[in-house]
Amino acid sequence: MHTIFALATARGKSGVAVIRISGPAAHEIGSGLSGSLPQAGQTSLRVLRDATGGVLDQALVLRFDAPRSFTGEDVVELQLHGSIAVIRAVEAAIAGTGLARMAEAGEFTRRALLNGNLDLAQVEGLSDLIAAETEAQRRQAQELFSGAMRGFADMCRQDLVRATALIEATIDFADEDVPVDVSPEVGSLIDSVISRIAEQLGGHQAAERIRSGFEVAIIGPPNAGKSTLINKIAGRDIAITSEFAGTTRDVLEVRIDLNGLPVTFLDTAGLRESDDVIERIGVARARSRANGADLRILLIDGLQAQGDFDPGIPVDLRYMTKSDMTGMGISAVSGEGIDQLLADVSGILMHRVSGATLASHERHRQALDRALALMMVARSSFIGDSVGAEILALHLRDAVGALDSLIGRVDVEAVLGEIFAQFCIGK
Amino acid sequence: MKHDAFDVVVIGGGHAGAEAAHAAARAGAITALVTMRKDTIGVMSCNPAIGGLGKGHLVREIDAMGGIMGLAADMSGIQFRLLNRRKGPAVRGPRTQSDRKLYKTAIQFFLAAQEGLTVIEGEVADLVLVDGRIAGVELSDGAIIPAGSVVLTTGTFLNGVIHIGDQKTAGGRMGDRPSVRLADRLRVLELPMGRLKTGTPPRLRASSIAWEKLEMQQADDEPALFSFLSDRPHVRQIACGITYTNQQTHDIINANLSRSAMYGGHIEGIGPRYCPSIEDKVVRFADKASHQIFLEPEGLDDDTVYPNGISTSLPQDVQRAYVHSIVGLEKAEVLQPGYAIEYDFVDPQNLDPTLQLRALPGLFLAGQINGTTGYEEAAAQGLMAGLNAALRARNCQSLILSRAQAYIGVMIDDLVTRGVAEPYRMFTSRAEYRLSLRADNADQRLTEIADALGLITQERQQRFAVKMEDLALGRGFLEASLYTPREAAEAGIAINQDGQRRSGMDLLAIPGVDLAQMDVLIPAFSRCTPATREQLAIEALYKTYVARQQRDVSAMMRDEAQPIPSSIDYSDIGGLSNELKYKLQRVRPVTLAQAARIDGMTPAALALVLSRIRQDERRSA
Repeated sequence: MHTIFALATARGKSGVAVIRISGPAAHEIGSGLSGSLPQAGQTSLRVLRDATGGVLDQALVLRFDAPRSFTGEDVVELQLHGSIAVIRAVEAAIAGTGLARMAEAGEFTRRALLNGNLDLAQVEGLSDLIAAETEAQRRQAQELFSGAMRGFADMCRQDLVRATALIEATIDFADEDVPVDVSPEVGSLIDSVISRIAEQLGGHQAAERIRSGFEVAIIGPPNAGKSTLINKIAGRDIAITSEFAGTTRDVLEVRIDLNGLPVTFLDTAGLRESDDVIERIGVARARSRANGADLRILLIDGLQAQGDFDPGIPVDLRYMTKSDMTGMGISAVSGEGIDQLLADVSGILMHRVSGATLASHERHRQALDRALALMMVARSSFIGDSVGAEILALHLRDAVGALDSLIGRVDVEAVLGEIFAQFCIGK
Repeated sequence: MKHDAFDVVVIGGGHAGAEAAHAAARAGAITALVTMRKDTIGVMSCNPAIGGLGKGHLVREIDAMGGIMGLAADMSGIQFRLLNRRKGPAVRGPRTQSDRKLYKTAIQFFLAAQEGLTVIEGEVADLVLVDGRIAGVELSDGAIIPAGSVVLTTGTFLNGVIHIGDQKTAGGRMGDRPSVRLADRLRVLELPMGRLKTGTPPRLRASSIAWEKLEMQQADDEPALFSFLSDRPHVRQIACGITYTNQQTHDIINANLSRSAMYGGHIEGIGPRYCPSIEDKVVRFADKASHQIFLEPEGLDDDTVYPNGISTSLPQDVQRAYVHSIVGLEKAEVLQPGYAIEYDFVDPQNLDPTLQLRALPGLFLAGQINGTTGYEEAAAQGLMAGLNAALRARNCQSLILSRAQAYIGVMIDDLVTRGVAEPYRMFTSRAEYRLSLRADNADQRLTEIADALGLITQERQQRFAVKMEDLALGRGFLEASLYTPREAAEAGIAINQDGQRRSGMDLLAIPGVDLAQMDVLIPAFSRCTPATREQLAIEALYKTYVARQQRDVSAMMRDEAQPIPSSIDYSDIGGLSNELKYKLQRVRPVTLAQAARIDGMTPAALALVLSRIRQDERRSA
């Protein structure tokens, strides 16, 4: 097993930069640079020197002993001054020892997984945590990172093991004093696991949205004030506005933190029939993005008689604009009603995420789907009494396998590469 | 005195020893079986029955490889019953009550008739080692028997101690002395050893039981035999009686609990959870008002009954009292008291998958010495140990059966990979490929393998060839053409009119479709023998599941094909937890698949082991 090292903080000028070294030679390299290492789990201030004795930097040195470290290996962390030149010099000195090589993307985390310090779902949680921008995302990632998915899988597993045990008892101890009819308990165990998995799946979409963000499309007839609204929400001019209808041709995006939820507002071309080829493309694009969005806000120009405007797609919220001139509805110019609009959007989205579960990744959905399908097969064969106990036991065993893959107990190799490719060095 | 040299010497004449000696001789090794008393070869020390769930599978497999247990069971069987007859065919287990005398006689007959096999009476006192390898055995009279390989099957005789209440006697079985010197010798080898416990019930005089008061259990009308060579039972079939313990029985036991060897603190060995003594049952399942007892006659002309379900280590007077409290046994005469027996076993994680002791090449262990319980488990290990001892003595490639091939493979892998925490008994649920490892197809799985090693007789070869031919013919009929749902419906097979064409095999796999309907659809199929038709129906039933499992099997076989060099050093594999390092060091798996089955092993840890193997290969290349 090679010793690896990498910059764990973002490259560039900063107050502090952290270089992490992990592997069997980590302590040797660390004491080579710093003269001596502190006790395990302790920190101390040391002058780092290269092989010729030249001073590299003054650094805070941390030492961790295997298996009590992030990777499960011996680890040394160097907290340097965040200078590009210092970082480069220290990296060169470490590489110069010949005892370690630069870590590949995600390699520290991979080692933590290999050493059993993290399970696969925790690795995903860590990845999300690093990427988290809003409070809801942070909380979601923390929960996954804390091992909640393992807790869920273990709970289901326990019930399935119990159900399997009951069935196996009737098979292997048929000639002994065991209960002959275990169906009521087996049935309720199967149902309870199914409802747990179904609940987990039911909250997948909401969880996935928290992780990747919501899209809210602003649609309406031309010149209803969509671009003015988006500029107001963004707090800066990102869309060109004019008195001419059909100014906006393409879809513009503004990403904001709305009460902790990551929300992207989409400004779209005004919906109308047009002879202009470019505008026609813009309208088609507006319809398709709005269709795919999580929420659609329809703006109606309060100065025009557009009350019966039909956008041709379902709408969640509807507002009259230009209240500064009409005294009714909202105004992106005066700001009237904008807070209410945002509160309306936030209210709907908050309601939607209230059912969010742990299953925030597509991989979770697939594993849960598979487990649910296997459980349904088991259930229908159990209820229909169409197959023997030995086959029912096989179905349950398969379901346990699918649940195990949720936390990466089996069949992980295929997904590992993909997950680790998302990591940047040193995280 | 110096004996002739043998290729293989088997120590012990119990179920493991008898099967080992017979297998070694069949494999062409000049073999000796050494036993303390010739007339106890093949004795059933515990209950007079062979087979059961999982166990019946083992016996079929032993038979498929030319072993003797199945034949002896068929020759002595007095109550054949197929367990789980109403459950799926994969989990049906043949079982029989056996006439003790007939069983022993049959085993002794087979051993005497086997070419190249000599039975020597004597007590083995020591092992002869040369350069750390086994070279023979020394008898208590000082005589040396030189041997290429030795198979040790000591059963409960290694430091055996019999407990009845607070009385302790040294013994390997009631009436037989233990092997103490051999046990001392093994202690010197510093093998990790442990102590296990098992028990027997009091034996009753049949003529003193009020049978007319009891519910009786008859043999099956259509007996399922063990051997693929047998067609029908050899002797008359009898019934067993069934009775139950009651509150009074439980009161007597509870009142005298402290006088039981088990509860009085005289026993340190670990007993099996699935075969508790009556004391254990009364204490652990206090809310159960009664426990079932099978009254099993020990033979056709034997006045002894084995009351299965009330094994005990209580003092004799208590045993008599609780027996008399049971309906039908009010006046039962106790012929021999029940007792608990403690004995030494060797942690089987010290064995390689041929059951050879890693620390002492040439010494093979089989049976209870490896921590198992049961005649069938013992015999199956005996077969493999004897066979591999012979192959080793003759410098031939060893034979290891995988978990996908046989219950025998499952058991040996469990033993050497996971060790034992209590006496190990076979269950069908231990076999992950249970649907393909069936009692009905044991010959299809194993007979060719045995034939390639010269282990089977011409008669068996011929029978097997005929069966395979008939199966191929029947399969041909079922797979020759595809039928539309309309054609199927015309033959009385109601299926979805989905327009999909199906083979006879596909149709037979549908629940509710039977062989008679198949005959209407495919008239030629009726020409196959009933046995063949039945087998094909079973194949069809499990076809889709077996095909699905085949993917798991292939994945496992890939890992089985990756050997782990014995030189591997786990201590310096970075990232491997100390616990796993310790387990790997102790088990020393020979393939990656075996390593994967070590308790607590993760795919990640396995990847580390694999990468170390690759590194070592690159280094040495």
